[in-house]
Parts: sequence; structure tokens; C-alpha cells
Amino acid sequence: MTTTARTAERAEEDRRARETVVRADRGRIRKPKESVSLVHKLGGILPTVVLLIAVLYFLLPMVWVVFAATKSTGELFSTSAFTFGSSLIDNMTDLFAYENGSFARWLGNSFIYSIGGALLSTAVSAAAGYALALYRFPGKKAVMVGLLAGVLLPTITLAIPQYMLFAQLNLTNTYWAVLIPISITPFGIYLSYVFARGSVPQELLEAARVDGSNEGRTFVSIGLPLLFPGLVTVFLLQFIGAWNNFLLPYIMQSKSELSPITVAMFLMLNRGGSEPVLYSVAIAGALIAVIPVVIFVLVLQRFWRLDLISGSLK
Amino acid sequence: MTAPTIERGRGRTEDDPTAVPTRRRVSLTRPHHVFAWVLIAPAVVLFVFVFVIPIVYSGGLSLMGTAAGASAYGVREEVFVGLGNYTKVLQDPTFWTSLGNLAVYALFLVPIMMLTAMLFALLLDLPRARLRAFSRMAIFLPYGVPSVIAALMWGFLYVPEISPIYQLAETFGLQFPTLLRGDLVMTAIINVVLWGGIGFNTIILYTSLQSLPKEQIDAARIDGCNEPRIAWYIKLPHIVPATILTGLFSIIGALQVYSEPQMLSSLTPAISSTYFPLMRVYRDAFAHDDLNSASAASIILALATVLLSLLVLGGQRLAARRNA
Repeated sequence: MTTTARTAERAEEDRRARETVVRADRGRIRKPKESVSLVHKLGGILPTVVLLIAVLYFLLPMVWVVFAATKSTGELFSTSAFTFGSSLIDNMTDLFAYENGSFARWLGNSFIYSIGGALLSTAVSAAAGYALALYRFPGKKAVMVGLLAGVLLPTITLAIPQYMLFAQLNLTNTYWAVLIPISITPFGIYLSYVFARGSVPQELLEAARVDGSNEGRTFVSIGLPLLFPGLVTVFLLQFIGAWNNFLLPYIMQSKSELSPITVAMFLMLNRGGSEPVLYSVAIAGALIAVIPVVIFVLVLQRFWRLDLISGSLK
Repeated sequence: MTAPTIERGRGRTEDDPTAVPTRRRVSLTRPHHVFAWVLIAPAVVLFVFVFVIPIVYSGGLSLMGTAAGASAYGVREEVFVGLGNYTKVLQDPTFWTSLGNLAVYALFLVPIMMLTAMLFALLLDLPRARLRAFSRMAIFLPYGVPSVIAALMWGFLYVPEISPIYQLAETFGLQFPTLLRGDLVMTAIINVVLWGGIGFNTIILYTSLQSLPKEQIDAARIDGCNEPRIAWYIKLPHIVPATILTGLFSIIGALQVYSEPQMLSSLTPAISSTYFPLMRVYRDAFAHDDLNSASAASIILALATVLLSLLVLGGQRLAARRNA
């Protein structure tokens, strides 16, 4: 017997079973709780309806961009929104040929900033959070106050002051101009601190000390493994933050070969105002720019320890 | 303090022969300072380099200005002008217009964002709502989309000839207003930011709800409490602290709005280059090459944000104390 036939048979069986249940249900006497069950039903339907409307709203641009990326600029204006066009391949070829094939480079830059920045800031946060949670040392209070001030400071407002300093040091137009500022995030340190306080017991450190392990080894072989789930969350937050960053690279880099995809897309659409042909290319670019992060969010969903954040906000 | 503690304290002196185990502890506490500082050093160095020095540097710049007339040969001469740049910024009507736009933006954005996030978090937490895992994912997804790309996609969705929303309205014979023109452009900006921001706040509040003890809700249910009452009397008070703090982060974020209007401005003339304060700062610094007044405006904005944050935090502390 083939698998399809078997599945069909099973489906048939299922259907019969369900019918029997329905018939049995009909035979039963209705309970007098009619009004309660109506409220009960509404209580299930109304929230579902509201959530479904929300889902439609949040998915609309994402679904639209998939359809729009297949259209030429002409089709974009003339055809119905949710029909496929004929020029997906043309759009992608145009996109990757745009400015002598820079698009792949911009995509690569985005990955450099996101992965590099997230690794750096996670490392800095892990070390600092661990030290603040588990050690008493002179100057700790000052560091904590500085950290809190840093959490409240509007980081983007500092982008222009940072630019001025970096320009003095000839650091603008290098990858470091973006990587250095995003490698320190007071919120990431704060999260690591909260997580270290909750997951690394002081007694464990003392036991390691008694056993003759030095502090560095204790940190690497006991502290870090315990911190790991929290650090993954910090990494993911920083990755998304860096991938989405626009103003910092926009200010720091005047050469387009150092631009991440966000800046490149902005410049492309900005030019599109005078060359509408670029619209279809920009939409194709938007699709490509969205794909990695969507995969990132979905696939890594179970690694997100967001309870960490909600817990830290108490 | 009890006597043994004091004795142990005394034991820390080197010449006490009875303090062998404690002396070992002493010899271990000293390098701890060094090790703790080794761990914290990168963060402190970077903090100074990325936060402190730029603030001090631009604070200095904001007090300087170029002397007019003194440089006949095009050599710019920096002179101390005191608070001159600040008064110049504060007297500029475009600064106040941009600040006004920012106030309107934040006053609409933050409450709508937080209330919707609360509603969605509570709905996602209802046992009888269907498709909860799928909805949660769909609501969270836009968080991963760069704000510039979100603005680009919505920018096209605001164009009536392209947008499915307008096409749908048309089949029902309805006429939707064009958002990218005139006063409605603020709605267009707020919508983009809401689309990208609600999901993250929803998930934070939702995870906060997960930490609520199950027994408490079960007990309420057994006592005949229905879902809306459970949401109102048990769940809502539980997520208020997290809501205030995510709200605070939303306020700080709202005051820094830049990417979305900047992106949309390439699709509409209704967003000027000074529409929001940060856009104005950018224009001063790069288009006008006036770093001094850009610095002054940056510092005014940063100070205002910190002040506002402290006010919110202070208010929350006060409310918490009154409740306690």
C-alpha cells in the first residue's frame, strides 16, 4: 500500500470517527448553561479576532514586499498589489548590478557590523556584568552610577559628538568608526549583570577558590558556561540593533564601500525620487534586507531569553 | 555585630598565628580587586571613549564659535562665545517647531504603543485565544526589520496607486486620505514606528506575564473570577512596573526619532530637513557645517531626555512608595 493511500484511509477513518462524535453530541440533552457558554465562546472568539487583525497588520508589509519585488516599476503602478509580476529576476539582476555590484558588499558590511559589533559588545558586557555581580572592588559604585546614566542617555544624540571626536582621530571612514561605539552598550552590561547575579552563585566561586582555581580560570570555566543563555540573548539583541542601525554609519562613513545595507537603501531611495526606475530595485533590496533578520528571529526564537529583560525591569 | 565576626576581622592582621585559614582568604581577596578591574576595564575605557569624551568635547565645541570678519583669508578662527550658540539655537523658530513636532509625535506614539502592547500581551496570555504561538511570532517579527526598511515599505504602501490598502478601499467605494501629504504625514511616521515597536514591547510584557504564579490565577478561576476580571485585577497590576520601564525606553527612543522620517522624506516634501530636532542637528552639522550650534542642540536634547527619564523614574518610585 502506498503512503498516500494509507493517509487517505486514515483521513477517512478520522472523518467517520468525528461524525460519530457529532451524532452522539446531538443525542445529548443540552445543559441549561446556554448563556454562560455563549459568553464562553465569545471569550474565545473575540481575542482571536483581535489577534488576527493584529497579525494582518504586522504581516502586511512583509507579504506585500514579496509580491512587489517580482514587479517592474510599471507593473508596480498598474497591477493589483497581491499579484505576481514578471520581473523578479530582472529586479534581482539590477539590484546586484547597481553601482558596479556594490549591493553584495553592502550586505557583507551589514554582517561585519552586526556580527563583529554583537560579539564585541557581548564580550564587554559579559566581563563587566560578571565583575559587577560577583566582586566587591573599589570604584564599583561609580561604575554602577555611570552605567545607569549610560542607560538613560540618548545614544543617537551622541552620534554627532562621537563623529567629531572620531574625525579628530582619523577614525571616520573605517569599520572601527561603527564597531567601537556599538561595542559598549550600558543596557547589555546591565542585562549581563542581572543575569550573572541570578545564575552564578557566590558559593560556587568560593568553592573553586578553595579548590585552587584562579579567578580567571573560574570565570572562563564556571562563570561563562552559566552565563551562556543570557549572553545569547545579549548577542541577539545587539545583532538586531547593529543590523538596524542607520544614523551612526550614515554619519561616520562617507565612502559607500563601507556602508551597511540600511544606509545604502536610504541613498538608493533618495535617488529614486529623481529616477523612479530605481523603485523596483529598492523594493527588491528591501526584500533581501528583511530576509536574514526574519530567519534570525524565527529560527533563533527559542534561544531568546526575553524573560531576562522583563525580569530585569523590576 | 557578634563577637566572632570581630575576631575574624582581627584575624586578618598578618601576625596572628591562629588565623591560618582566614589569612588564606585575605591573600585571595587582594588580587580580586585586580581581577575585577581587569574584567571591567574594557567597559570603562570604552564608556569614557564613546560617552564621556564626546560629551565633554561637544560641550566644549558648543561654547565656541567662528569669529565673523576676523578671518579675511578664509581661515576660520575659533573664539569663545559662551552660551551664544545655545541662545542662537533657542531663539531659532525652526528649533521650536521641530521640538513641537517631537512633542506631538511622542505624546501620540508612546501611549498608543504601550496600550496596544499591553492589550496584545494580555490577549496572547488568554488560554482560550486561538493561534497564539503564530500571532506572537507575527507580532514580534517587525522587530527584526530595520527601521529604514520599514519606512521604505510603508512609504510605498502609502502611495495610493501601489498600495493594497487603497486598492481595497476603492473596491468598497471608499476614499482614503493620502498620508504623505500635509498634516497627515505625522500619522504616516507614527504608524511606521508603531509597526516596528509594538512587537518588542508586547513580548517583553508577555514574558513578564509568564512569571505570574499559575496557582494565583487558578485560585481566582476557581473562585469564579472570569478572564476579563483576572486580566484587570491580577495580570494588569503585575505588568505595570515592566510597562513603566519599557515605556521609559520608548520615550527615550521616541525623542531620538530619525531614521523613519529621514527615509520617508525622500518620498514626500511634507517632511522638511528640520522636521525633528535630530534631523535639524544633522543638517546643522553636515549641510551647514556648523558644528558649534549642532553641538549645542545635541546637548540640549540629551539633557532634556535625561531630565525627562529622571522625572518618569522619580514618579514611578513615588507611586511605588505610596502603594507600599
